[in-house]
Amino acid sequence: MCTTCGCGAADTRIEGEVRFRSLSAHGPAGYLGLGRGVTGSRPTDAAPARRVSIEQDILAENDRHAAANRRRFAERGILALNLLSSPGSGKTTLLVRTLEALRDRLPMAVVEGDQQTSLDAERIRATGVPAIQINTGKGCHLDAAMVGRAVARLAPAEASLLLIENVGNLVCPAAFDLGEAHKVVVLSVTEGEDKPLKYPDMFRAADLLLLSKWDLLPYVAFDPERALSYARQVHPGLPAIRVSAVTGEGFGAWLAWIEQGWGRRRAGQPPTGFIRKL
Amino acid sequence: MHELALAQEVIRIIEKAARDQAFSRVRTVRLEIGRFAAAEPEALRFCFEVAAREGVAGGARLEILELPGAGWCPGCADTVPLESAWDACPRCGGRQVRVTGGTEMRVKELEVD
Repeated sequence: MCTTCGCGAADTRIEGEVRFRSLSAHGPAGYLGLGRGVTGSRPTDAAPARRVSIEQDILAENDRHAAANRRRFAERGILALNLLSSPGSGKTTLLVRTLEALRDRLPMAVVEGDQQTSLDAERIRATGVPAIQINTGKGCHLDAAMVGRAVARLAPAEASLLLIENVGNLVCPAAFDLGEAHKVVVLSVTEGEDKPLKYPDMFRAADLLLLSKWDLLPYVAFDPERALSYARQVHPGLPAIRVSAVTGEGFGAWLAWIEQGWGRRRAGQPPTGFIRKL
Repeated sequence: MHELALAQEVIRIIEKAARDQAFSRVRTVRLEIGRFAAAEPEALRFCFEVAAREGVAGGARLEILELPGAGWCPGCADTVPLESAWDACPRCGGRQVRVTGGTEMRVKELEVD
C-alpha cells in the first residue's frame, strides 16, 4: 500500500503473480518532484503561464486496454460478460449454478474480482471451471489492464464464455470498461427497489438486469414492478430476467441469453440486444 | 471512491504532457466533467491534491468545468437538454430519452511554466 495516502491500487494482486503493477499516486520509485525546492518553495507566478491544450479523456488509458481486450476476445471467439452488483446480491452463487448448468455445453472460464481473499475463485474452481482471482487491495473496481493480465494468465479456450465477476460495488465499476461484450447488473430482491435511481450509472451501463434471489420474494417488501420501472426510467427498454439460484427459476431465459450471445460470437457476429423481456 | 483512480489518470496524462512538451510546473489544471459523469467533483479535488503531491502538478489549482446534460429523444428526433439522467423529454414528456451528453470526463488544458 502507498504509505503517503493509503491509496491501495499498488496492492492489486493476481493469483500466481508476485506483483501486478505499481499504481501509486506518487509516481515510480526514485521519482523526484519537479518545480519545487526542498522546502516546497515555488517559482514566482509573476511570469505569464503557457497554455497547453490536452483534450484527452481521463479514462483513455483504461479504454485503450479495454479495446485491446475486446480485440483479443473477438479474435479468439470469446464472449466476455461483466457481472456487476452490490456486495451480497448472490453473484457468486448465481455464477456457480450457471457454470454447473453450462459446463457440458460450452467451454468457460471465470475472472473473480474482490478486494481480498481467493474464496470466490475457489468456489468456482470446485465446479471444475478454470478461474483466476484478482485482489484489488483497497481498489473498488476492476480495470481493463488488470483483466488483460488476468486473462493472459488464465488463457481461456477459443470460442469460450468468459465470466468476469466484478468487485461488489454499484458505483465505481460502471465507469471502467473491461472490454466485455455486455455488462450484466444483478439486483437481489433483498435490496431496496430504488437502487436503480440511487445508482443510475450502473443501470444505464448494463445490457441486462437480473433480479436475483427471486425465491425470497414472498418474505420481503420488494416491489419488482417498481424496481423495473425505476431501472427503465434510467435505462429505457433495459431487458430483465428474474432468477433464483436456489430453485432454478429463470435460468432457462438466462442461459438462453448467454447461449444466444455465445452463438453469435462464435459465428463472428457482433453482440446484439435481447430476445424477450420480463 | 474511484476518484483516486481518476486523479491518478489525470496525473499520468499531465506527466506525459510534461515530458512531451517540456514544462516543469503546472499552475492550473482544467478538467471538463459532465453533469452525469461518474465522478464527484469534491472527492476528485481531494484525490487530485493527494495524487499530484511531489509531482509536476503538485500544488496546482484544479478547475472543474461542468458540462451540461443532453439526451436524444426518439419522439422528437432531436437532442434535448436534461437536468437529470433519468428525466423525461422536456419537450414531449417521452420516457425514451437516451443520455448523449454530460458523461464526459476530460483533461481540457493546462497552464504551465
